[in-house]
Amino acid sequence: MDLLRRIALALAAPVLAVVFALAVSSVFLLLADASPLEAYSSMWSYGTRSDSLISMVNRAVPLYISGLAVAIGFKMGLFNIGVEGQYRIAAVGAAAVGASVTLPPLLHVPLILVTAVVVGMAWVAIPAVLKVTRGVHEVISTIMMNAISVGLTAWLLANYLDRRSSETSLILSTGLIPESGRFPSLNPVLEWLGLELRTGSNLQGFVVIAALLGVAFYVVVWRTRFGYELRASGVNASAALVAGVNPKAMVLKTLFISGGLAGLVGMSQLLGFSYRYTTDFPVMYGFNGIAVALLGRNHPFGIALGALLFGFMDRSAQILDLEGIPKEIVVIMQGVIVISVVVAYELVRRYRQDQEQRAVTRELAATEGGAGAAAAA
Amino acid sequence: MTDTQLAVDIRGITKRFPGVVANRDINLAVAQGEIHAIVGENGAGKSTLMKILYGMQRPDEGTIAVDGVAQDFRSPTDAIEVGIGMVHQHFMLADNLTVLENIVLGNEPRRGPLLDVAESRRRINELAETYGFPVHTDDLVERLGVGERQRVEILKVLFRGARILILDEPTAVLVPQEVDELFKNLRELKREGVTIIFISHKLDEVLSIADTITVIRAGTTVDTVDPSEVTARQLAELMVGSELPTPETRESTVTDEVELDVQGVTIRTDEGRALIDDVTFRIRRGEVVGIAGVEGNGQHELISALLGTHPIDAGTIRLGDTDIAHWSTRDRREAGIGYIPQDRQREGLLLSSPLWENTMLGHQGRPPFARGRWLNLKGAHRRTEQTIAEFDVRTPNADVAAYSLSGGNQQKLIVGREMTAGPSMLIAAHPTRGIDVGAQAAVWEQLRQARAAGLAVLLVSADLEELIGLSDTLLVIYRGRIVAQLDPAIVTAQELGSYMTGAHAGSEASA
Repeated sequence: MDLLRRIALALAAPVLAVVFALAVSSVFLLLADASPLEAYSSMWSYGTRSDSLISMVNRAVPLYISGLAVAIGFKMGLFNIGVEGQYRIAAVGAAAVGASVTLPPLLHVPLILVTAVVVGMAWVAIPAVLKVTRGVHEVISTIMMNAISVGLTAWLLANYLDRRSSETSLILSTGLIPESGRFPSLNPVLEWLGLELRTGSNLQGFVVIAALLGVAFYVVVWRTRFGYELRASGVNASAALVAGVNPKAMVLKTLFISGGLAGLVGMSQLLGFSYRYTTDFPVMYGFNGIAVALLGRNHPFGIALGALLFGFMDRSAQILDLEGIPKEIVVIMQGVIVISVVVAYELVRRYRQDQEQRAVTRELAATEGGAGAAAAA
Repeated sequence: MTDTQLAVDIRGITKRFPGVVANRDINLAVAQGEIHAIVGENGAGKSTLMKILYGMQRPDEGTIAVDGVAQDFRSPTDAIEVGIGMVHQHFMLADNLTVLENIVLGNEPRRGPLLDVAESRRRINELAETYGFPVHTDDLVERLGVGERQRVEILKVLFRGARILILDEPTAVLVPQEVDELFKNLRELKREGVTIIFISHKLDEVLSIADTITVIRAGTTVDTVDPSEVTARQLAELMVGSELPTPETRESTVTDEVELDVQGVTIRTDEGRALIDDVTFRIRRGEVVGIAGVEGNGQHELISALLGTHPIDAGTIRLGDTDIAHWSTRDRREAGIGYIPQDRQREGLLLSSPLWENTMLGHQGRPPFARGRWLNLKGAHRRTEQTIAEFDVRTPNADVAAYSLSGGNQQKLIVGREMTAGPSMLIAAHPTRGIDVGAQAAVWEQLRQARAAGLAVLLVSADLEELIGLSDTLLVIYRGRIVAQLDPAIVTAQELGSYMTGAHAGSEASA
């Protein structure tokens, strides 16, 4: 009963937010002379096709890892807005290293992943060090680092890393990562399970890595001393300080973990799909990760739901163009979901706090009343 | 006083919240122009009663009459209209506005669309003069001290035309000198015919300022007394409904073993001004050393130096046989320094976290809370339940969030967590500040037991009775220096006060 209630409360906010977002988007659809019901139903029927579901998962993977990177910072009250820049520079570095060597797969793939993690950490190192030595707020510095990252990746690609196959191609590209550096597809597993796959459908193996990262996130944050200290710093920094938590060390460790995770954001794309970094490498994972972390309340399970929701919406939006409806409506929907979920969470939090205080008062009044009656008798 | 009509006449007020009765059959008669104190433990129902009188909550039963006219307040606006004003415990001022702007805020004299500054200033000065409230109308509020801020709060209420002032725990945030100043102001207000309802649980203050005292216990008014006819003890017994323990510890348990040895510790600001200057003292095992001082004379920095949250510029700190002056806070806590912070919500608790996570705080690296790098959730739960039972923390279980406990129970949890961790040295900063008499007695008892068990205790407090009652040795800190060492068995609160304000120069060895 109590558990059911808790689950209901936890789900109330996101469900309300989604419903509200559907309502708001309906208004825009009506303004665009489209029928909301038709739009939603075609999104639903297209989005729930088996190949769409696989695409949803593939789309969710980078968002999920990005959400984790943001969430670990949020957990201690740090705002790493720089995941965007971190994953892009890391993807360039990883692509360059991965394409330049040929190794056995068991060495090649880890080498690329480690490169990505290290580059992500290196990129966040600058804001991290600025914060602990000079007190520069990480929001400002990571945003600036994003801008630098965009410029730097473009410059590196144009001047040093460009290995595009033909001079006439307009898209700059790093070299191709050889077979040994690619991440296997999960299609064989799906086929073994007896699922029929549409042609071109490909479940990326990186989803396994993402899931493992989620489990590791949970264990580290909720089951270790480090995680406890991280959460304590986030809830009450002064209390953590007198409890022996070194705030500077904590900021460094957390930002490095965040940057390392950010480094992995582009890897499902790089090792599972494009095998090279190009000028049209997908962007915005970093910023959408913030939205996903907010949606998931910084909990790995919630973030997974948030990432899958965004993945579903991105995929199912593809059908709208065919129906003559601007698919940007989905971006509006995502934005409204994020804003309303933040409001809804706050309302639920207050409600829950109020309920808990009442419950405690009530229980104590009951026992105290009993004791008083006993004393009187 | 000149009139038989009552300023406030509350009869049979009852207020129920789901499951609890916060107020039941409350009767309160406040004469015009008197200072009427309302005392009671935390949670006795004082705040609910005041919220009802100020229109923030509506009673389920009962009547309120102001100046003989029955009232049914729907909001504070209604209460303000009939001349009731409330000064909250936590100031509601805008730091980046001036005194003048804060006072007129919400009730601005205007000239066209603009604030009429001249008129505002004239009216504020007029009020200030009438009531003897010196304020500088153009100072920014952020630059003001606590006492001055409170004056601004009171003026703000008067500016709105209040003739009945409710002061909610007005002295909780003040140092002794500021309390005197406040009382002077209150007497001035009374002379001008303002009626004051003064909520407090500091009994000596209530006795010195009030004309009438009403005691609330368990949600109802138990008695109305004349302060000249009761002692603080009798009043406290009325509040708790039973006989009281005192903070006294007799029978010295002081040993010869020095547990904490502080030599020449100095902390300077970047500009070179000393915040604490050449502080030297020792605490032996089984000894309570009390630090007396007006707040802001270096107590906070001294505690930071001992905890390692602020680096020291000179001196040594030895715990047992080891110099810990340059250890990290974590190492010091693990070496056995327990800490009861002065502001439990700021430094002592993770308010939104469950109790078992709060019991871990400061001990998170050690059994039973952790095994190496891993948390031991079972161990933490078991320890928390043990702490709850042993220290009489009133809570349904160990999983509720810390914010749902009352202040006294939060404090008992903190004291319990520090004690059960088996420290060798305990820093207790204002351990009974803002908690009710029952919890206060429990905390004193714990400190006494800790001392008997051979703990070295540093007690920093603004409650002189507590300091004198619990300490084996008293040190007075003034402008960052230890200016006197006194024997609590002989010293009086007045003497102590004069050292604390620097009136007594030099040091006097009487211990």
